Amino acid sequence: MKRAGLVILCTFLLIALIGPELIPLDGTSHYEERFAPISWRHWLGTDYAGRDVWAQLVHGSRDILLIAFSTGVFAVILALLVGVGSALIGGVVDALLVGAVDVFLTVPSFPLMAILSALFRVGDPITFGFLLALWSWPGLARSLRAQVLTMQHREFIEVARLMRMGSWHILWREIFPNLVPYLSLNFILIARNAITASVGIMMLGLVPLRVENWGMMLNLAAFQSGALFLPQGRLYLLAPLSAIILFQYSLILVAGAVEEYFDPRLQRN
Amino acid sequence: MKKRLLLSLLTVWVALTFTFILVRQMPGDFLHTLALQLQNTHGLAYAQAREMAKLQICYDPDEPILKQYFHYLSNLAQGELGRSTTYRIPVLDILLSALPWTVFITFLAAGFSFVVGTTLGFWTAWRRGSWLDPALTFYATLTQAIPDFLLGVMLLLVLGVQLQWLPLRGAYSPETEPGLNLPFLASLLQHAVLPVLAFSIPAVGSWALSAKATATSVLGEDYLLVARAKGLKSWRILRDYLGRNAIIPLISNLATSLGALLGGSMLIETLFGFPGLGYFLAQSIGTRDYPLMQGLFLLSTLAIVAGNLAAEILSHQLDPRSRR
Repeated sequence: MKRAGLVILCTFLLIALIGPELIPLDGTSHYEERFAPISWRHWLGTDYAGRDVWAQLVHGSRDILLIAFSTGVFAVILALLVGVGSALIGGVVDALLVGAVDVFLTVPSFPLMAILSALFRVGDPITFGFLLALWSWPGLARSLRAQVLTMQHREFIEVARLMRMGSWHILWREIFPNLVPYLSLNFILIARNAITASVGIMMLGLVPLRVENWGMMLNLAAFQSGALFLPQGRLYLLAPLSAIILFQYSLILVAGAVEEYFDPRLQRN
Repeated sequence: MKKRLLLSLLTVWVALTFTFILVRQMPGDFLHTLALQLQNTHGLAYAQAREMAKLQICYDPDEPILKQYFHYLSNLAQGELGRSTTYRIPVLDILLSALPWTVFITFLAAGFSFVVGTTLGFWTAWRRGSWLDPALTFYATLTQAIPDFLLGVMLLLVLGVQLQWLPLRGAYSPETEPGLNLPFLASLLQHAVLPVLAFSIPAVGSWALSAKATATSVLGEDYLLVARAKGLKSWRILRDYLGRNAIIPLISNLATSLGALLGGSMLIETLFGFPGLGYFLAQSIGTRDYPLMQGLFLLSTLAIVAGNLAAEILSHQLDPRSRR
């Protein structure tokens, strides 16, 4: 089961990386071919304008992955800066940062993400990821702070201090490696939530990304083109929907595997 | 407790300030457009129309910024939220008409998933080692992978469009007369089924998992052993000994999640055309209706803050151990 998650994830990565080079995307309308069924020419049929659904799915995967990846990266960096920083600096800075984390955890994040991405007219996946990351870091920052605080009093850090190792050395060589398992697990979870949030915002039609983006496909299929109500439009609606669910499921499985890999207690052999 | 209250106030203040900045972010020609419209509809001079527009949206770019900020706060304190630019009525009226719908659907969904989920979780903990355990874990992982709005799309497709068992959109059928009559109430419940299911199917899984965890920790207690030794019937142990103690931490979680839900779900409400807070929030962002967006955002922040506070108070009240 754990391996299945990795296999699905790698397939998605492969499709996103080389798929667009192999499968051409024809963005022009072919009205006579609208909502065509599955055929050799159109593996997943066509949409309301006669465009190939499979080609859209392949070309849209890159955006989804980029959004998920950039949200994960930005959020982990922010959480590290705030969480580790506040634990190490302490005092007034710590109190202020803890307060900020609490406020960020309380304000409704999905509406905020939606408002900001709509008002700033986000046009590319990386900026979108950054905006999502702004509201995705506080939970991780809070637990990183707690981990660093307890780690400071563990023997190996005390020893490193007694050996007069520099504080940068302690931070990078002693503390950071211990955070890696937790960071990688949270990276996956944040990326997963970013997919849900970004697809939701796009589905509401608040961010005008390209037509082949999965969220846009859902928006067009469910709200704009009436594909939801046409039997022949089902494929156009279900293709991006299944792709998103499969992708999410693979991330859950991979997260489980990562947890097991780093935690010896969870390993069976 | 004091700290919690301070934090709540801080959060509300941040939300207030954020919405203030949001309104200042409004493109300048927006006021101009509104003024031109008013000029045409009311036959006013431009300067007069502009003053009127400023009043309507509670925003005056000509004042110094600090004065604007205090003006904004004092308006809010008086419940003056301005007028929606798309619906042309006071924002407060929209909030008051949408709030009951969101409260209705939220309490229905949260209540349903809480009761079903915790019962399932306690039962699984009670019968540990049975087939229920892996089945529950599988169900919870699977439903977690599906964002609730995509689940909503699938439910809509299968139960609404394909089988035509349930209505597709809206809160009640327009053919019924709102009020305390049977056809209206029946249509109300019928329309609520799909959104409630979309909320509850994943929520049941996560409630069951946490209920299982708290119940498992209670199972090791001595009083449970005593209850069994007394020869009490197992449903009585489950209800009065296990359930009563294991539910305490879950009730404060329920308060938190109610607060989060009360802001309204933009996606579910839009998908089902359900006229709650989330529906209007999505609309207002799409049409750049700043006063309405601001009011809705403030309201959902208040709901979350209230939910968190209620959770804190409840866990204090319900668990004698956390009292001094």
